[in-house]
Amino acid sequence: MSEVLVLVDHVDGEVKKVSYELLTAARRLGTPAAVVVGASGTASKIRESLGRFGAAKVYAVESDDAANFLVTPKVDALAALVPNASAVLVSATVEGKEVAGRLAARIGSGWLVDVVDVEADGTGVQSIFGGAFVVKAKVSKGTPVITVRPGGVEAEESTADAVLDESVSISVDAAKSARVTSREAVVGGDRPELTEASVVVSGGRGVGSADKFSVVEELADSLGAAVGASRAAVDSGYYPHQFQVGQTGKTVSPQLYVALGISGAIQHRAGMQTSKTIVAVNKDPEAPIFEIADFGVVGDLFNVAPQLKEEVAKRKG
Amino acid sequence: MNIVVLVKQVPDTWSERKLTDADHTLDRESADAVLDEINERAVEEALLLQEAHGGEVTVIAMGPDRATDAIRKALSMGADKAIHVSDEALHGSDSLATAKVLAKAIGTVENVDLVIAGNEATDGRAGAVPAILAELLGLPQVTQLRKVTVDGSTIKGERETDEGVAFVEASLPAVVSVTEKINEPRYPSFKGIMAAKKKPVSTLTVADLGVDASEVGLSGAHTQVLEASPKPPRSAGQRIEDGGDGGQKIAEFLVGQKLI
Repeated sequence: MSEVLVLVDHVDGEVKKVSYELLTAARRLGTPAAVVVGASGTASKIRESLGRFGAAKVYAVESDDAANFLVTPKVDALAALVPNASAVLVSATVEGKEVAGRLAARIGSGWLVDVVDVEADGTGVQSIFGGAFVVKAKVSKGTPVITVRPGGVEAEESTADAVLDESVSISVDAAKSARVTSREAVVGGDRPELTEASVVVSGGRGVGSADKFSVVEELADSLGAAVGASRAAVDSGYYPHQFQVGQTGKTVSPQLYVALGISGAIQHRAGMQTSKTIVAVNKDPEAPIFEIADFGVVGDLFNVAPQLKEEVAKRKG
Repeated sequence: MNIVVLVKQVPDTWSERKLTDADHTLDRESADAVLDEINERAVEEALLLQEAHGGEVTVIAMGPDRATDAIRKALSMGADKAIHVSDEALHGSDSLATAKVLAKAIGTVENVDLVIAGNEATDGRAGAVPAILAELLGLPQVTQLRKVTVDGSTIKGERETDEGVAFVEASLPAVVSVTEKINEPRYPSFKGIMAAKKKPVSTLTVADLGVDASEVGLSGAHTQVLEASPKPPRSAGQRIEDGGDGGQKIAEFLVGQKLI
């Protein structure tokens, strides 16, 4: 079977969940080969976990330049490996889409943006306009480059028989690239990253103040969830912009989305409508969020959320 | 410092959007158009850099005739001149063709030091056009910036993505994209609006740019839409009034769904 390249997202020697989802999707298309771009020693740290999700080969693209230049080392690495591949899968994160778009331009291929599912023949399923349309599309020129939304495909283990290692070297043209001089990780504490989380608990204008956002955080922590916020909450200064879910913020697709005090304007729905299960709590029985909620409670979030937190804690024992 | 700002007109999020039955492209006539909010921030940043470093700000827009509104807005904010790439052949262009045409249009402006765009247009959501432009132009990509400074021939920026913040630097010329946090765009003054009417706007076709019409639009697309269907609206599930046990009821529902 032909090789399907998967660009691995990793931070400090830890593989991000989306990469396991990509490897799972890649198995439908061919034999997954993981591409690890980073500082020296990264691939050896993560090769075993990549193998557990079916990577039959791990390409290590490791050097100071690979770690310290923006986007281009990843494009260079994938472009070098494309001649032997039948498809390339990249996570549909901000950076993933930049890598994929540049790669497609360089190799003269088409690329699919932000698919939520991949079929065995390479057809991608997209959910567009905030979930109002479902589109099936296929790359018609060159080696398909497909960006897959985190949470779109469920990761399933399937250990590869053996994991081959190969190193790939690239050279970066400093005049055509941007150098990363330092990095600051997202300050989310121990909570999972918003776009990676299986459960997201979000608060809206109904939360009422920045201080009271703790009710959202406490429920999120009991569920092991990421915390999100609606634009109204962000604009009111209740919560930082980096946690905004919706059209001008993040798009999330978790197993469970809990909306607290969020009315559900179309801009917000655009960012969370593909969540598998939606639970909403709002005082206003007319709030549009109830139109898309699988389970809705008309009531005061300050009564409902703490009670739910206790119930969750009880069940976890 | 000469700056090119890319602006684009998008359908208003508030109005109903649909795809045309004929070719699955966005039915731009059916939706009200507005200047993408992020474009105004890109224009603002260009004007701020111009105020600090001098030079000229050129606006480039690609799109149907209605894109002139976006161009006027940018000119009334203070940009010096504009190029409008308008051609029937562009209908249905994907991100690769869009970037190709924009790269050619940027090539018609002399001595460009910086290309600035918004990070993500609200309709296509590809968010990758600035990156693809950097690829095609062979320039450093300094994208997704919440802060940007230019010092001599070096550009420095704070790039904010899902992973956190990266402090990046590159040499000019470069391609920049800015995020929502970059600034608060100014309102055009009455004087600015009047002055904009006299500013030069040149209109170019793809042929003027030396691009073959078959390379753009639907015929030049590298992807093919097999089918598009309106998603059956998510049906509302169960809804209850909180009778003091709302939290318990949610917990029971989640247990039933095997979510906790």
